[in-house]
Amino acid sequence: MRSRSPLPAPPSTPRRLWNAYAGYMVGFASLFLIWHLASRYVVSSVLFPPPALVFAKAVTLVRTGVLLEHLWASIQRILAGFIAGSLLGIPIGLAMGSFRPVRKLLEPYTEFLRFIPSVAMITVAVIWFGIGEASKIFLIIYTTIFIVIINTAAGVSAIAPNKIRAAQALGATRAQIFFHVALPATVPYILTGMRLAMANSFTTIVAAELIAANEGLGKMLWDGRMFMLVDDIFVSLVTLGLLGFVVDRMFRWSIYTFAGKYSPAT
Amino acid sequence: MALVAFRDVQKTYRSLQGVDDLAVEHFDVEIEPEEFFCLVGPSGCGKTTVLKMLAGFEAPTAGQILMAGRPVTGPSRDRGVVFQGDDSLYGWLTAVENVEFGLRMRGVARAERRERALRYLELVGLRGQESKYPAELSGGMKQRIQIARALVNEPTMLLMDEPFAALDAQTRSLMQAELATIWRTTRTTVLFITHDIDEAVTLGTRIGVMRAGPRSQLKGVIEVALNGARSRTDDVFLTYYKQVYEMIRDEVAKSLARTA
Repeated sequence: MRSRSPLPAPPSTPRRLWNAYAGYMVGFASLFLIWHLASRYVVSSVLFPPPALVFAKAVTLVRTGVLLEHLWASIQRILAGFIAGSLLGIPIGLAMGSFRPVRKLLEPYTEFLRFIPSVAMITVAVIWFGIGEASKIFLIIYTTIFIVIINTAAGVSAIAPNKIRAAQALGATRAQIFFHVALPATVPYILTGMRLAMANSFTTIVAAELIAANEGLGKMLWDGRMFMLVDDIFVSLVTLGLLGFVVDRMFRWSIYTFAGKYSPAT
Repeated sequence: MALVAFRDVQKTYRSLQGVDDLAVEHFDVEIEPEEFFCLVGPSGCGKTTVLKMLAGFEAPTAGQILMAGRPVTGPSRDRGVVFQGDDSLYGWLTAVENVEFGLRMRGVARAERRERALRYLELVGLRGQESKYPAELSGGMKQRIQIARALVNEPTMLLMDEPFAALDAQTRSLMQAELATIWRTTRTTVLFITHDIDEAVTLGTRIGVMRAGPRSQLKGVIEVALNGARSRTDDVFLTYYKQVYEMIRDEVAKSLARTA
């Protein structure tokens, strides 16, 4: 038996926080510093505002409620489409990974449609569903579903045959093997697919809102261009970056917390 | 009546070129209850194929496999399986949850199955490690989980496919000693696949030697009349070792000549 060697005493809390976040903080600080220097001394044009100006504008836009309104509109669309797309994609992917006939039947759809970018589908989406919520949610579902399907199906195919055989020899039925072996073994792949889909959703929602929307971060960008509100454009860009960063961190954190043990290796 | 009977069993695999390869042909053997039957042979001789057919994972192309007089039609919990690698363990379940798996599938109540699983973890020397995940355990401990997971189901028979082949030498001989003890305690019939003559003589009550593949079959069976602890330095042990070795030597040479 291996005995555990005594571990060094854990570092104190501030030290640990510093170790965990110092890299990020310095990284972000340098980003804003370079932006500031570039805008102030290299470009020095009203078309490239320095960070301080953009933050001041952001504070104003938050106070008037405009920014949060746009932000909330985009988040709602992403969440609705992303959740619906995942809920549809996971069972389809599981079925495709489990049953060869289903795979043969549905592969033409996934292999054909996934090469038509969601951005290209904006045109039809607007014609079919108008410029309201329905067209945006349709597009996010479209951009989410194929990645989730493909990753889920790949996860099912990647299950070690001995995991299934062991369950059979332990007396599990087909349904039990599906729910107690195949499904949990596929969780890491499903989550990876969802994380990739989330990144796609950002691209798609901005593109869709640029073309046809009454509010949202994309619409804010478009208005900024129309009325030459360069500061507004930058506020929207920074918000998108931060939102994406936060959402992705949350995803990584939840994968780590809830599914860290669902390691595909063992 | 024999517990297991292979009657003229044949297994063909279709190769990628579409040609049928005969892995095993005219394979006959009978295994008695409470026996520890070791099957040895050069690599590629179809030892694992024989185990997979008895487990019910693969069907023979011809011939018949009987278990307690009835033909084997598929996997069943009367034949517990211990695999060579650790990829059969469920990485999202703790050690004790892995062991409980079979009982849980059968609907045994939570408290009872936990108690039984812990008893078998104790038997394989894993008490205290029950709430660890497989990824946190060493290779030897993972094989112990597999053994406990199979035994807790109380199978008529245990099928072991080179279960210690991936372990280091020290861990392997420790595990062999523990398996011998477990077998003496539970008296479960065992079919043990190995390519290691030393291991076969250490554990088996009978040793079946297979011919080199393809078209492999049983070359002969040696009864091992060693009782109690078996020491590698005993003269009797060496006598059996030599007997198996001489039987297998030509087969290994043939197998090397074919693959070279």
